[in-house]
Amino acid sequence: MSNELSVLGQIPEDILKATRKNLPSDHPTWCPGCGDFSVLNAYFKLNERRGMMKQNITTISGIGCSSRFPYFVNAHGAHFVHGRALSFATGLSISRPDLHVFVFIGDGDAFSIGGNHLTHTARKNVKMTCVIMDNHVYGLTKKQTSPTSPLGFKSKTDPWGAEDMPIHPIKQLVSAGATFVARTHAAMPEHLLQMMERAMDHNGFSVVEVLSECTEFNRGSFDTALARKGGQFRILEEKKNDGTPEDGKRHDVTDEISALRLANEPWPGCFGVFYQIQRPTKNENEAKHAENAMNKGVAASEIDRLQEMFNVMK
Amino acid sequence: MAQTAMQTSHGLEKIHLEEVVIRIAGNSQDGIQSVGDMLSRLSGRSKRGVITFQTFPSTISGGPSIFQLRVGGHRLKSVGDEADVLVAFYQHSYRDHIKALRKGGLLIYDADHVTPDPDEKRFHHVGVPMTSLTIEAIGGTAKDKGKNLFLMGLLAKLFDLESDKLEEQIKERFDAKGPKVLAPALNAYHAGYAYDISKIGELFQIEKDPIGRAHPQVCMDGNQALAYGAIAAGIRFGAGYPITPWSSVMEILRRELPKFGGTFLQAEDEIASIAMAVGAAYGGTLAMTGSSGPGLSLKSEIISYAVMAEVPILVVDVMRGGPSTGLPTNVEQSDLNLALYAGHGDTPRIVIAPFSVRDVFHSVVEAVQLMQEYNCPAIFLSDYSLATRVETWPEPNLKESFHIYKPDMSPKGPNFLPYKDTPSGISERIIPGVLMLDGNYPTISGLEHNEAGHPDGSSVMHMKMTAKRRRKLQTLREKLPPVSVYGPETGEVLLIGWGSTKGPIEESVDQLRKEGMDISSLHVKYLSPLQRGIDKVMDRFKHVFVVEMNDSGIYGYGQLASLLRAVYANAKIKGINKTDGLPFKVREIVSAVKSKVMQTVHPSV
Ligand SMILES: Cc1ncc(C[n+]2csc(CCOP(=O)(O)OP(=O)(O)O)c2C)c(N)n1
Ligand code: SF4
Ligand SMILES: [Mg+2]
Repeated sequence: MSNELSVLGQIPEDILKATRKNLPSDHPTWCPGCGDFSVLNAYFKLNERRGMMKQNITTISGIGCSSRFPYFVNAHGAHFVHGRALSFATGLSISRPDLHVFVFIGDGDAFSIGGNHLTHTARKNVKMTCVIMDNHVYGLTKKQTSPTSPLGFKSKTDPWGAEDMPIHPIKQLVSAGATFVARTHAAMPEHLLQMMERAMDHNGFSVVEVLSECTEFNRGSFDTALARKGGQFRILEEKKNDGTPEDGKRHDVTDEISALRLANEPWPGCFGVFYQIQRPTKNENEAKHAENAMNKGVAASEIDRLQEMFNVMK
Repeated sequence: MAQTAMQTSHGLEKIHLEEVVIRIAGNSQDGIQSVGDMLSRLSGRSKRGVITFQTFPSTISGGPSIFQLRVGGHRLKSVGDEADVLVAFYQHSYRDHIKALRKGGLLIYDADHVTPDPDEKRFHHVGVPMTSLTIEAIGGTAKDKGKNLFLMGLLAKLFDLESDKLEEQIKERFDAKGPKVLAPALNAYHAGYAYDISKIGELFQIEKDPIGRAHPQVCMDGNQALAYGAIAAGIRFGAGYPITPWSSVMEILRRELPKFGGTFLQAEDEIASIAMAVGAAYGGTLAMTGSSGPGLSLKSEIISYAVMAEVPILVVDVMRGGPSTGLPTNVEQSDLNLALYAGHGDTPRIVIAPFSVRDVFHSVVEAVQLMQEYNCPAIFLSDYSLATRVETWPEPNLKESFHIYKPDMSPKGPNFLPYKDTPSGISERIIPGVLMLDGNYPTISGLEHNEAGHPDGSSVMHMKMTAKRRRKLQTLREKLPPVSVYGPETGEVLLIGWGSTKGPIEESVDQLRKEGMDISSLHVKYLSPLQRGIDKVMDRFKHVFVVEMNDSGIYGYGQLASLLRAVYANAKIKGINKTDGLPFKVREIVSAVKSKVMQTVHPSV
């Protein structure tokens, strides 16, 4: 990339490289205090820390308050349709292996209208990072029940309190086959950034569930997970493989059953990386098929390859 | 049982190999399609034209199935109304298809299963115990599997076909399955070839013209032409979900695209498929998705997105009978409205319908070029009959048809406007990885946006950008070639058609002209935007009938007829419609035209 740029002459560093200063675009339209601000800040920091070139940052979203995200990032991006951002990102990621695609979606996007896509992107293990900004409510459409709203949650569509069993994001994701599953809290910026960073490093489909408070329609919903609000933010202890006796009790992130058991703890549960394994990504598999196909004595040029196919049909 | 032959009162019948129509009727498990396929391929390799039609049962366990093949010396247009030769494997095949045989035609039936009506004198009947002879030839282990190859041997002998080339094809097909499969297959074929057909020779004279030298021909069905056309067009990413009759397009592309460094994914549903394709298109790859009617319905939200965000994407619909699951293995042209209007909001798009297998190939290349030039979705409307019919056609010149797409990755700006409101309406899109020299990057969006791509829902902006997106299609309309007329430019009757009905419509015109009617036809290939000049042509005829395989609707007009009436406000436009799930026969069009013209002249009749 740098060669190409030198041809262009002098382009100031601060235009090329992502910084916390040059990444913000429009001022976010979120309500004051909305948890989503913190996710956006973490994303700016992450890209700066990674020395990303702005031109290679690609931010994809669905529809919702959270999904306004790409407009606030001054880099390439797509604000797609409700629920299908992961499928869009699949097409992009597979056809553009040079990009690390980030997807930001809400809980309605992820688990309701896009539930099937979440499952299938996970089982395909498409390389990308998906950040679910979970506020347990439909924010943009102004307080209807979301698939993660707790039982009893009063909304405009559940005036007597929610009765449908809420979806448990972590259990859902681990069961679907996601290869990196983490949980964090928007009010814990350091932990949030750490999770996003580890997700970005993961080779495969990595998902971070961020409890991101909707101050407008679900105020105080995640206080029980915050020490300064009288709750507790408990970080799960990962196995260190240091041979100490206490390590035996620590969580093995490659152990699916252990991840599910941890996820099953009562609200507010714990935070951190629940699950991480390696298996071939869809990107690698597809690249391998192309490589094999092209090594199988096909003609050198593409046009001749097609000509060979026509010759067989004569 | 020995062979029986019943002489009609006429003398020696003639069958011209250069125009012969053969219908083979049996069950789907009998391998009729593979015989049809090999015969078509042979004719193609012999530089003869070939065109086929087949039906399949929609259930996997099988059921009645036919393959009809027309072999011809010149360029064929339709599969032929009536068969010269009918092969019936079962009593039900005989019962259901004898009416397709022309008077004086030849019925070859499996004497082990079929007893023809002894009082039927209109046809020549020849019984051949195909089942028992096949079992004998194979060695009695394989039941009657191989009957199809026995029949192929018989037909090869009857029509003096190049037997060595047919054997070659059997080997190509069965070699991979090992000698245990190949040997009995060849035995069955040889047994058929050795069968004494002198009785038929007493009834028929097979006429065979010398074969002229022609351009090299390729032989394939419409879905193959579509898949290879997409590759030639530069498509390198696709996603889809299985549905008849679209599936084989995705199956071919799944297999072949990796050879071009591309990929085709099976998605979890049709919505994900189009979303993936739009994602890949955003990334700078030419991308497609496809389905049949039920799947196209599901894709409509994202078609609207592609219109709004101005992302080029090819969306194929291989039409079948609808609504709903409808007639999965029949043809219908009832998705035109869906193709034109699927989506919410004002969503101008390109819609193209091919008319033959050859045209499928060339039109898909064109559709892909147009979509990338105009940055909008292109809907490609093929149908069941094109998808399944095998046609021989002049090999395309790949030097002309083959395209490699390289997105423009050069730096842009400063102050670059990806949605610039140009006079043509066409703007230049930006893909990830492109450096913006002023550091300002665009977000593609389904929200109304300004020229820079920023959300702007003001009335002024929405009016301006709605007009921009529409103007692109108006620019295209100016550039499309004006319509051309088949037959004289002025006259009494004008038939208008679209898609796969072009062949039978033009044959009907030929026939009716021979009978003295002053008739021409006009084929509408670009359904959105419509080509210029349709109104002028209609003005030059007294009657206009739009021939379509869809219902005449609540107000009496089919889907294209309704569109033309809406656009041209011409009360002359009437319809000839049908919904039997089968391609138009020439005689159906001919008789419909005659009675419609009568009705218009004498409304009381
Ligand atoms: C097909 C479709 N259905 C419904 C909507 C309306 N809609 C927009 S956002 C949304 C839900 C948003 O909730 P969530 O995904 O949790 O995001 P949040 O606003 O809470 O961040 C809905 C129902 C839409 N835009 N498109
Ligand atoms: S409605 Fe809720 S989620 Fe949406 S911006 Fe306001 S606080 Fe945030
Ligand atoms: Mg929400």
